[in-house]
Amino acid sequence: MKKKYGMKKLEDLPLTSITFLTSEANETGEWRSQRPVIDPGKCNLCGLCWMYCPDMAIGAEGEFFTIVDKYCKGCGICAQECPQGAISLIVEER
Amino acid sequence: MMYSGHTACPGCGAALAMRYVFKALGPDTMVVIPPSCAGTIAGAFPSSSLKIPTLRISFETAAISASGIRAALDVMGKKDIQVLAWAGDGGTLDIGIQALSAAAERNDNILYVCYDNEAYMNTGIQRSSATPEGAWTTTTPVPFTKDTPKKDIVRIMAAHKIPYIATASVGFPPDLIKKVQKAKEVVGTKFILVFSPCPTGWRYSSEMTIHIAKLATEAGIFPLYEVENGDKYRLNRRGWKAESLKEYFSLQGRYRSLKEQDIDRAKERVAKEWDYLLRLAE
Amino acid sequence: MKKVISANQAVSQAVRAARTQVIAAYPITPQSTIVEMLASFCAQGDLQAKFINVESEHSAMAACIAAASVGARTFTATSSQGLALMHEMLHYASGLRFPIVMANVNRALGSPFNLKADLSDSLSQRDTGWLQFYCESGQEVFDTIIQSFKISEQVLLPVMVNLEGFILSHTYEIVDIPEQDRIDAFLPRPAERPILDVEDPMMMGATTDLYINFRYKMHQAMEEAKAVCQKVDGEFRAVFGRGYDLIQTYRCAGADIILVTAGTIAGTCRVVADRLAAQGLKVGVLKIKLFRPFPQEQLRRALADVKKIAVIDRDFSPGCGGILAQELKSALLGSKPDISVHEFIAGLGGKDVTDDDISWIVEQAMKAREPGGIKWIGLLE
Repeated sequence: MKKKYGMKKLEDLPLTSITFLTSEANETGEWRSQRPVIDPGKCNLCGLCWMYCPDMAIGAEGEFFTIVDKYCKGCGICAQECPQGAISLIVEER
Repeated sequence: MMYSGHTACPGCGAALAMRYVFKALGPDTMVVIPPSCAGTIAGAFPSSSLKIPTLRISFETAAISASGIRAALDVMGKKDIQVLAWAGDGGTLDIGIQALSAAAERNDNILYVCYDNEAYMNTGIQRSSATPEGAWTTTTPVPFTKDTPKKDIVRIMAAHKIPYIATASVGFPPDLIKKVQKAKEVVGTKFILVFSPCPTGWRYSSEMTIHIAKLATEAGIFPLYEVENGDKYRLNRRGWKAESLKEYFSLQGRYRSLKEQDIDRAKERVAKEWDYLLRLAE
Repeated sequence: MKKVISANQAVSQAVRAARTQVIAAYPITPQSTIVEMLASFCAQGDLQAKFINVESEHSAMAACIAAASVGARTFTATSSQGLALMHEMLHYASGLRFPIVMANVNRALGSPFNLKADLSDSLSQRDTGWLQFYCESGQEVFDTIIQSFKISEQVLLPVMVNLEGFILSHTYEIVDIPEQDRIDAFLPRPAERPILDVEDPMMMGATTDLYINFRYKMHQAMEEAKAVCQKVDGEFRAVFGRGYDLIQTYRCAGADIILVTAGTIAGTCRVVADRLAAQGLKVGVLKIKLFRPFPQEQLRRALADVKKIAVIDRDFSPGCGGILAQELKSALLGSKPDISVHEFIAGLGGKDVTDDDISWIVEQAMKAREPGGIKWIGLLE
């Protein structure tokens, strides 16, 4: 953004509804009632879970795929599609 | 080309469609989005979940808005920026069909992607002309489930003889991405229909989105094919399994009212459509 | 260079001279010759613009909005039914704060079906956030279109320039078209404004609960627009020797009665005012050129000393009356306790408003002690 927009004062607003932030601040991980757990022993790094996640909530940490807690909505697609059965869904305690 | 934190339902097929298509197009792209699930997924002021410039436009105008941006960019010499119209089945087959037909007739140089979740999902699961026969929606409640077949937008677009049309599915991401990349190289109107299952509206458990998308193609109900210049048909997969159709319907609550004879009739319709496609593909 | 052209052709010449970049239009009588000429300019290379042959006026406005979103100078033209069809998009255009110029050839709205001059089409769009000008000659049309590009790009609101169907659109008058380099100097490339840009991606038009704040910003822009219109008109006058101001007064000083109207009826009023002056009756004529934003201060000042006004509306809002009369009365509220406003409706559906009609209007207003109800001119017995 060339101009610095804000939302506290009228004069800080853009002249119409123009976004100046991203959705990254929205922690959709709060939505979930179940969470996926990846068993690194069974995972063969095929990457299908990463590919099928609608929320880009599977990332990589070094050699392993990991669940991004902040955003994972617990939809379960990764667990369903994992060909190795390496992902299980557990009840979200929080 | 999308940020996490977007507000799509868990397991949303439309969000996956956006993820794949936007990724394939890259950052030198501008998109117009009418009111739809995609509009909601794109976000509310002051935040966007999309990494490309986006214009939120009125419901009927996806195609013409893309054409308008294209014309302006061309006049200003910015021919390397792709222009994408991104609309749902309602905004494409119903209220937006006039503008889409006109853009196609003019062969405007735009990529139009229709993500098909087979109803007006964003407003609460009302029927569209893309809702399949026998499906429950809030405006086709049992026993008055939709009694007419899904409008065949691919056939309509083929009649316009545009250079490239394809069907694609979130169940087959590499195929979808390849088709988008192919469309990128074509000058003229390109149309891609992306099968996007919706757990909320189709009444299935959210983890089944990919499985159901694959089943639809395996059962022959959503064939994957391409059409060039309105008459050259290329089938990306041949063959379909009638047994998969039963599983496909049984997994979705919206088809709960289907009886044995409805499923048989569905098999006949699928067979007939395949006959037609196979003849065209010769 | 002076040419004998129709006001429609004057529109096209002005759009060409302004180096418009994207034109999207759909034909409708009596606008069609505007777009035909523009298509011809584009085809011959006289205008380096993209011309989109849209399938409806709704799409025409959508195309202009989209083109404006990436910074292009854009234009469309329409009339009555087409303007009505665009209604939804008029709101989008102003809400997105895009500079778009549109020529509207005033024509009656069906049903019943009528192709001729009537201002109801544009006046009934007064709530859409567009600036509105009303013209009475081909020259004024040309000049106003040129000014409108500058105004819209400064206030960041779209501008509608109105001209009556057939009376102006198809009537040939002398129009002076200045040299291109003088117009280029008057209309430089517009200042930076928020547009779609791959270098700095953002989303325009997103859902918002802060909606009321953005409407307030539009209100602020509309308020400032009056001054911008005057400034641009002053700049135009300095360069080209012609100016129009927001309202035009004729023989209003010391008048016994002032006729208030918009469009070509003003011309007939002036002829009648001259004739009646010879008979000793002081009749003034006030033409409203800028209708949105409504030039309240200018009108109050111009009408400060007169006791009677007769408003002639070539338009009608059912259940309410003439729109000019309604707007004028609300503008005068509180400032003029003793002015009497006499309301007349004339000329709907292109019915000719003659000098005899105007004389009758003056006579009626002068002899009535109270305004009474709205008087309609030219009805069958």
